[in-house]
Amino acid sequence: MSTRDDHWLTRPGTIRWLWIIGCSVLAITVLLQAVIHIKGYFGVDGWFGFGALFGFFSCVAMVVVAKLVGVLLKRPDTYYDA
Amino acid sequence: MPDFLPPALALIAGALLTAVASSRQWRAAITILAPLVCLYMIWQLPDGVQLRGSFLGYPLELVEASPVRRLFATIFAIMAATGAVFALNHARRTELVAAQFYAAGAIGVSFAGDLLTLFIFWELMALFSTLVVWCGGTEASRAAGIRYAIMHLLGGVVLKVGIEGILVSTGSLDVRPFLATDFNTWMLLIGILINAAAPPLSVWLSDAYPNASPTGSVFLSAFTTKTAVLALILLFPGEPILIAVGLYMVFYGILYALLENDVRRILAYSIVNQVGFMVCAVGIGTQMALNGAAAHAFAHIIYKALLFMSAGVVVMRTGKNLCTDVGGLFRTMPVTMWCGVIGALAISSFPLTSGFTTKTLISQAAVDQGLVTVYFLLAAASAGVFLHAGIKFPWFVFFQKDSGLRPKDAPWNMKLAMLFFAFLCILLGVYPELLYPLLPYPVDYVPYKAGKVLFYLQLLLFSGLAFFLMLPWMQRTLTVSLDVDWLWRRGLPRLALWTARVFGPGLQSLRKGAQSLWQRVDRSSDYTMGHTGPLGRSWEIGTTALWIVLLLMIYVVLYYLF
Repeated sequence: MSTRDDHWLTRPGTIRWLWIIGCSVLAITVLLQAVIHIKGYFGVDGWFGFGALFGFFSCVAMVVVAKLVGVLLKRPDTYYDA
Repeated sequence: MPDFLPPALALIAGALLTAVASSRQWRAAITILAPLVCLYMIWQLPDGVQLRGSFLGYPLELVEASPVRRLFATIFAIMAATGAVFALNHARRTELVAAQFYAAGAIGVSFAGDLLTLFIFWELMALFSTLVVWCGGTEASRAAGIRYAIMHLLGGVVLKVGIEGILVSTGSLDVRPFLATDFNTWMLLIGILINAAAPPLSVWLSDAYPNASPTGSVFLSAFTTKTAVLALILLFPGEPILIAVGLYMVFYGILYALLENDVRRILAYSIVNQVGFMVCAVGIGTQMALNGAAAHAFAHIIYKALLFMSAGVVVMRTGKNLCTDVGGLFRTMPVTMWCGVIGALAISSFPLTSGFTTKTLISQAAVDQGLVTVYFLLAAASAGVFLHAGIKFPWFVFFQKDSGLRPKDAPWNMKLAMLFFAFLCILLGVYPELLYPLLPYPVDYVPYKAGKVLFYLQLLLFSGLAFFLMLPWMQRTLTVSLDVDWLWRRGLPRLALWTARVFGPGLQSLRKGAQSLWQRVDRSSDYTMGHTGPLGRSWEIGTTALWIVLLLMIYVVLYYLF
């Protein structure tokens, strides 16, 4: 761990830029829907920004469920060694 | 001499030659050439039954070709050749031999025209895949290999029960579409689903694969589950229960992968997840869905092997298996990192990768059939794939914190294998027209419509946002997750100990009682019937005659009375 970490990708400035670029890309993908029509096969999936919200909240839901399930299922990694 | 030999023979011959080859160079040449010869043989086969035989009077169809069979056999052969390049200088001889037999089993199943031939090759796969697991060479891989073998032998027995039942009830061993309607067909279905890592026995996969060697897990990732998908396409297209089974597998894979810390186990769980998409597609059962299942299996073998190669290089170079031990490796392993990222994008079905052009076929099939819930669950699962494999794998292995590790990048042969598969991931994403004509049914589908691409970009990029916003919740911990295998790894031994404690004393005293009773019987019989005992010693003739008269008198009296 003694190696000094000075890779350009790990500098705070770069990371801030990555967040700015990332968020702009996210915004663009949603705003593009004003120009590009998304065919809604079942109604709701054609709504403005539906893909974004659905992707985001289903991931949040899965992480939360995994966290809850983890309370029941997680054991120290030496559990089966004994 | 028949016109066409079974393509699997090329790999069996390759395996035997590898076993006796004297030098490493010869072994390398054989393990790479045998699958290519096999590939040539596969493409020489015209459709229909090409080779017949018989066993105990039952007609066998040793080789039956059709587009979907050829498609699976093709990717199995490509996989065997590329895996051999990857394993070239690193795998043990035993592993190379076993991997070729294993691939031969998969290709044998692909062309099996009857259930008996299918069963034989199925067991060949079980046998030699176990050997590949054991080639991990650690105590953990020994134990996992035994559990793996038991599971697959059990699956084989269930499958055999189904096959025997179908033979007895219908008189035919033909591989043809069934529905799970009676005991026999259920056994057949369960036997196949065990190999597909379906619930409740999905755990064998995540237990065994990460314990194999870095090269072994690449071979393992390709064959067993995908031959099961092919068997489902051939035997149970449109079986409704498969939709539910597939959806369960999809979310099981995501949840367990989210909890996991072992790099290759994350990928193992995502195999279950991806096979879930295919199983669900087989359940939908339309031409579009079956095309989707086949195409997705083809693409999946490539990007999943690529991911296992990338992870394998990391494990080999660092000697570490856990997300918590690695990180920041992008500095010194750029090729491995980029190939891992491409594999991760492909598994997440990012536009311009093979995952996009194949998985969307399955979603489209759900749309066409009006399966609203299935469609939305699959869309949520696609986001979940990006979450658990698409970002989680590259992020924790190559980025996150700096672990201080500065391993060398992959050796040339591993780079070559990874770059080839990474190239295929993108090629099939950009030119799906290369794959679509190979699918079992005509394809009338355009993957790249602006609206569809935009929808998937929104879906995936925002799940990426969810990942980074919830990063504190995603940090890995030094834990394992319990699964059904707890039952036999902990539950049964505990039950045994508990029964010993509760019933032990009672059983002990019962045994003591029985022992002392036996001793007493023994002693008294010794006393009465021994050489000197009243019943054992020799008596005079007169006394014996007296006894006989006495007994006869008692008999006469009893006879008179009753």
